[in-house]
Amino acid sequence: MDWGTLQAILGGVNKHSTSIGKIWLTIMFIFRVMILVVAAEEVWGDEQNDFVCNTLQPGCKNVCYDHFFPISHIRLWALQLIFVSTPALLVAMHVAYRRHEKKKQFRKGGQTCEFKDIEEIKSQRFHIQGPLWWTYTSSIFFRLIFEALFMYAFYFMYNGFRMPRLVKCNAWPCPNTVDCFVSRPTEKTVFTIFMIAVSGICILLNVAEFCYLLIKVFLKKPVFFFF
Amino acid sequence: MSWGFLRDILSGVNKYSTGIGRIWLAIVFVFRLLVYVVAAEHVWKDEQKEFECNIRQPGCENICFDHFFPISQIRLWALQLIMVSTPSLLVVLHVAYRESREKRHKMKLYKTPGSMDGGLLCTYLISLIFKTGFEIGFLVLFYKLYGGFNVPRLVKCDMRPCPNTVDCYISKPTEKKVFLYFVVVTSCLCIVLNVSELSYLIFKYTIKCYLERYNKKVQTMKSECQKLKYVDPAETASTALFHSNASPVLDRKKFILY
Repeated sequence: MDWGTLQAILGGVNKHSTSIGKIWLTIMFIFRVMILVVAAEEVWGDEQNDFVCNTLQPGCKNVCYDHFFPISHIRLWALQLIFVSTPALLVAMHVAYRRHEKKKQFRKGGQTCEFKDIEEIKSQRFHIQGPLWWTYTSSIFFRLIFEALFMYAFYFMYNGFRMPRLVKCNAWPCPNTVDCFVSRPTEKTVFTIFMIAVSGICILLNVAEFCYLLIKVFLKKPVFFFF
Repeated sequence: MSWGFLRDILSGVNKYSTGIGRIWLAIVFVFRLLVYVVAAEHVWKDEQKEFECNIRQPGCENICFDHFFPISQIRLWALQLIMVSTPSLLVVLHVAYRESREKRHKMKLYKTPGSMDGGLLCTYLISLIFKTGFEIGFLVLFYKLYGGFNVPRLVKCDMRPCPNTVDCYISKPTEKKVFLYFVVVTSCLCIVLNVSELSYLIFKYTIKCYLERYNKKVQTMKSECQKLKYVDPAETASTALFHSNASPVLDRKKFILY
């Protein structure tokens, strides 16, 4: 059970996505999930062990680390990736529901001429129109909301996207203001900026896909779409 | 043997579930199992090593950690995931039993072995009740063991061999608190889904039963009407002559039934 499961679920949705959606999915898995698993986790691996404070007071390091890093960057990115991928499940469920209805009809013998067998129904590609258009567009909308929320949470929690080398801490039980040193700050800054940049690109792709869907529909049936 | 094993077993349950059951399964896979494996496990990785007490007395830290964390939150979470997923296997076992019965008797005993009726419906309802019971049980256990869902930064410990009351500091308390709240929210969501699925199934099958009984009644009444319509009029007249003191009630009945 790992990112492969998510990839399997989302891979199924890929068939019914637009081209922009397919590009988004590729970027998600190559530039976000893979970078997170292969590189970023190593950089943040021993973040608390190597977080050093200039004091011998027991407990000061723990408290200062907790104060400056309420949630680790790695965990926040993992949650962001999970939440951002989840709206695609709405589309997967809608497609599964339509397939189920078609299989029921096929078994009753209503539309025998349309499909030769059940395997064809399983591999059929649904076009994004009608109710599926609404589900797909809502999923893109939720994706955008989640991306924006997580970017804001990041910015708010860490006061920007830079990892400082030194933080000054005076939380109890530290006896006075104590210098604490973050491990690998430059490498962490590089990865943070990279992940934020890719997040931004994904937001742009989602916005483009959203506009593309709206324009496509309004050009086809300007008035009669909703009926 | 890992979480992938549980995932493979549960994927089989998907076929025999209702729509709400499938949503429940998706939530368990994505928001509970996946979050556990990719994020939460790492937060609790070095929890004892990073648990620090303001004392040099050997053994004090060990005793205090054991006192405050009789069972680690992450292990309790893992147990919860396993126990909550397992009742769904009852349904899979029942369907397998039905299929083996059909094979043994070499004839079609059921509409399809996976159709939700009779015994399989009871099994499904029982599995829902167990799932909900386990969810509530684990939430109560979490609450009782850790005094709420809060993870404090500092705990005061005075167990032997600590010489007096000692300050001990828990590592990453905020991050652990966030994930605990996550556990609670997803648990509650799953409880709500289970209860709605239970109510929906009970309601649906009660209405179905009622309608079937009502239709049966209507059918029997219709067939009685049909029978009475085709009684020979000559025959009725002769019986009336023969039974000159035919009861007025019987005559009245004849006219009413037409």
